[in-house]
Amino acid sequence: MFHTLLTIVLAVMSISLFVCFIRTVVGPTMPDRIVALDSFGINLIGFIGILMIVQETVAYSEVILVISILAFIGTIALSKFIERGVVFDRD
Amino acid sequence: MTAIEIILSIFILMGAFLSLLGSVGLIRFPDVYGRTHAATKSATLGVISIMIATFLFFLLVEGIFVGKVLLAILFVFLTAPVAALMVARAAYRTGVPLWEKSVQDDLKKVYEKKLNEPQ
Repeated sequence: MFHTLLTIVLAVMSISLFVCFIRTVVGPTMPDRIVALDSFGINLIGFIGILMIVQETVAYSEVILVISILAFIGTIALSKFIERGVVFDRD
Repeated sequence: MTAIEIILSIFILMGAFLSLLGSVGLIRFPDVYGRTHAATKSATLGVISIMIATFLFFLLVEGIFVGKVLLAILFVFLTAPVAALMVARAAYRTGVPLWEKSVQDDLKKVYEKKLNEPQ
């Protein structure tokens, strides 16, 4: 019963990831794509968290940390780049 | 189902529902500011509740204390608002228009005043 529920929730998270991907491809402006990629990363964290419960392993906990850090750094770098054209301010 | 599994199921279902709601908001809202609002708030809360369920599963069922999952919760909780702020500010400064039915734009006056001031 619990395993069936986990499978259904994995399917729901997949739909959610796919919708974020659609917005990444379609998105009319560049900030739309950045928001969609950030949301994709955040949903991916939840997906891997459920995968940890399904497979009963703690091996993916580092993966969760790395994905959350990469999503944050990528969002900050991309938004600073489209705002000023540079990633690091030197003044 | 035992009582622990029922509690875990409530957390997981809430998280999946909120994540799906965030994605629906991401594809249904008309402009980038509304999409930022939907994607950041509900997806973050959904992921936090899924992570709480994962932590409780390993603590109560397997007997392992996974501190990295708690760190991930803290990190997502701290960084998601900052990322949303940066994206929204970049969108406004690069001139992404608001939805045409928006009735109020308070930031426009502030930026016009800042542009007219002598540097």
